[in-house]
Amino acid sequence: MSNSATYQKAIKAATSNLAEIRKFVAKHAREHGFSEKHISDIQLAVDEACTNIIKHAYSFDKTKKFTIELQFDGAQLSIILTDKGAGFDPDRYQKPDLKKQIEKKKRGGMGVYLIKTLMDDVSYSANSEKNVLRMSKIRS
Amino acid sequence: MKTFKIEQRNSDGFEILDLYGELDAHTASQLEESLKNLISNHKSNIIVNFRELDYIASAGLGVFMAYIEDVRTIGGDIKLSNMNDKVYNVFDLLGFPTLYDIFDDEKQAINKFLSDS
Repeated sequence: MSNSATYQKAIKAATSNLAEIRKFVAKHAREHGFSEKHISDIQLAVDEACTNIIKHAYSFDKTKKFTIELQFDGAQLSIILTDKGAGFDPDRYQKPDLKKQIEKKKRGGMGVYLIKTLMDDVSYSANSEKNVLRMSKIRS
Repeated sequence: MKTFKIEQRNSDGFEILDLYGELDAHTASQLEESLKNLISNHKSNIIVNFRELDYIASAGLGVFMAYIEDVRTIGGDIKLSNMNDKVYNVFDLLGFPTLYDIFDDEKQAINKFLSDS
């Protein structure tokens, strides 16, 4: 196993594919020596990000696809998710207030918070052609 | 990977949902259906047992957020029990322990219902 490697996958925008994505991420992170705790964190962050793409960028349109790329470089894993759906404005994002949401029976908004909490670094860019979410985790 | 499923049982008048497998945005609708059914049948003393649940994403937590007020309004509650560390960690990160009763064991959840009534 070399110190750097890249794995890529194109995925149809269906929630039925989430389990397979989690398996794909876990398999490669394990091969590259990430701890089980870190693998759990990465799986959840990727799941939340993919769920957001399926739900918000593509509104559950199963004919649409997005790509996931895993880049292992030394101790760092970067995960790049690219879609061509509706963009997301990270400046409008606020940490969810659980009590208020329960009172209003409103759910959601938790995925981005989890992604930011579980990963070491998260960045997002959007233009008229594509949206790119990049998140990374350092093996410790 | 275990397929997600829900088994429902009744113990001393309490409705218990046993969750198995992985709860994500794909499987959360099954949990939603189970809770909706209980509520529409006026069964409001609900315990969700997570012993066999290996994984949860925020879509799963969203279901508990959406129905807890309905259940509490009719005098009941949804209490959660037997989570593994990985699953508990997600509830903890999102602040659930201050707003929901979460127990190590199902019996403690039953006892809390009994002492509150």
